[in-house]
Amino acid sequence: MSTVELDAVSRWYGNVVAVNDVTLTLGPGLTGLLGPNGAGKTTVLHLMAGLLAPSQGTLTVDGRPAWRNPDLYRDLGLVTERESVPGFLTGWEFVLASAKLHKLPDADAAARRAMDIVELGDAQYRRLSTYSKGMRQRTRVAAALVHDPGVLLLDEPFNGMDPRQRLHMMELLARMADQGRTILFSSHILEEVEQLSGTVQVIVAGRLAASGDYRHIRRLMTNRPHVFTIQSSNDRLLATVLMGQESVAGVDLDTAAGLQVRASDYGTFTRVLTRLARAENIRLTGVLPSDESLEKVFSYLVTSS
Amino acid sequence: MNLNPTIVGLTIRALFGRRRVLLLLPMPLLLLGITLLGLASSATAADWGPPVLGDLGLGVVLPLTALVVGSSVLGLEIDDGTITHLLTKPLPRQEIILAKLVVAWAVTTVSTAVPLALAALLAGATGLAVGLVVGSAVGALAYTALFLALSLVTKRPVAVGLVYLMLWENLLVKFVDGAKVFSVQQHSVTLADAVAGDSELLVSSVSVVTAVIMAAALTVGGFLLATSRLRSFALTGDTN
Repeated sequence: MSTVELDAVSRWYGNVVAVNDVTLTLGPGLTGLLGPNGAGKTTVLHLMAGLLAPSQGTLTVDGRPAWRNPDLYRDLGLVTERESVPGFLTGWEFVLASAKLHKLPDADAAARRAMDIVELGDAQYRRLSTYSKGMRQRTRVAAALVHDPGVLLLDEPFNGMDPRQRLHMMELLARMADQGRTILFSSHILEEVEQLSGTVQVIVAGRLAASGDYRHIRRLMTNRPHVFTIQSSNDRLLATVLMGQESVAGVDLDTAAGLQVRASDYGTFTRVLTRLARAENIRLTGVLPSDESLEKVFSYLVTSS
Repeated sequence: MNLNPTIVGLTIRALFGRRRVLLLLPMPLLLLGITLLGLASSATAADWGPPVLGDLGLGVVLPLTALVVGSSVLGLEIDDGTITHLLTKPLPRQEIILAKLVVAWAVTTVSTAVPLALAALLAGATGLAVGLVVGSAVGALAYTALFLALSLVTKRPVAVGLVYLMLWENLLVKFVDGAKVFSVQQHSVTLADAVAGDSELLVSSVSVVTAVIMAAALTVGGFLLATSRLRSFALTGDTN
């Protein structure tokens, strides 16, 4: 059983703070590291993988510091977001070289086993430069797995994969987590995390914004106020009846774009809106949810947690 | 500390898989061409020997080859980000540097010593051929150790390396005599000359003892600096 522990870890580049006072413990199982682009996810992963020194705080893997400790990699694998591979090697050569660099007693068998997991088939004997993004990703996962590590860190592993490859990779990660490995993957897409993981760490602007069970975080997200811009045949009448609804927190009539409605409950509001419009004989010509960017969703989490 | 055959193999394949390696070809050919011109002309070997074998061979071909190769063996991996594959292995960092240095040294020595030895043989100086092989081997080791370290210190190792070669080895040594002590070119010329038995085709300017000690010091210094830089290699990257 492997654990990764961050205790008040910060990392800055010059004046820019990339990771700000993060404390978390990573145990066996699958954990999602969720956050918008530029939130510091990669920095957190690189810190955990010993490729960056914390500017402040301590970071240990199984009790030993990760920075300047090559021995760490006996039990840790990393799949970086930057998908650079030596294109002149075939997939098989690349994974075999990884096994040899790990000085495994039977490098050939280890590479064979890792290759079987990612199911590349005959493509493994082609040069990496000819691979699709998804194939390259799977090869890099195989290389990171070749020494059967207890900790596996993956940076945006589903980027650029088609739905089938994505499903395949998700099953693979879930299976490995069930075997007792400590697996962390980063993502900026909510749905990926939803399908995969029970435990989520949400990071926004370098800070740990929320941490824990996915369902709890999901509830926070769906319950947040939504803003809709509505155009109709009678904005004023619609505003009047909407204000009587419990699912509506506020209405702003004085906008050029139409009616601005703040809904406190997404699901209820969308059902109520059409029913009311029909009852009052109001024609809806436009219903646009605004405020839907992921960054806003995450910032809401920060302020509410 | 043992030589890691996997890193050696990968480095050689990476080096020869790139177009950059073609840069190594014209220089030895130029050297041989000029040697043939020298032989065909009425000039004596003592006239064309020092400028061709010393100034051009050990003074230009050797350092430029070492610069291209030495800054590539690890520098290219740092540039394209594949260095992470090597860094995330439980390898002592000196083992990585040693393998990289051995490849850089061997490639530089072979592509410099062979044409130089040929040139000397064409001039009918067998002893000098041996001297030039030794001189370029020692020079290649010191140069590649320096340039390998440079590729871990700066993002522009070729530019910084060229500044050293141009300003220090070719300009400063002309005006400041003491600068020769830190010029790898002077070390390799001196050693080649000493092995060849004070050939008239080479003009050495530092003592053999100084050359040996300084070349060894620069090699060890470069190796240690490179190892220490790699140990603290931080992957800052363009994303966070």
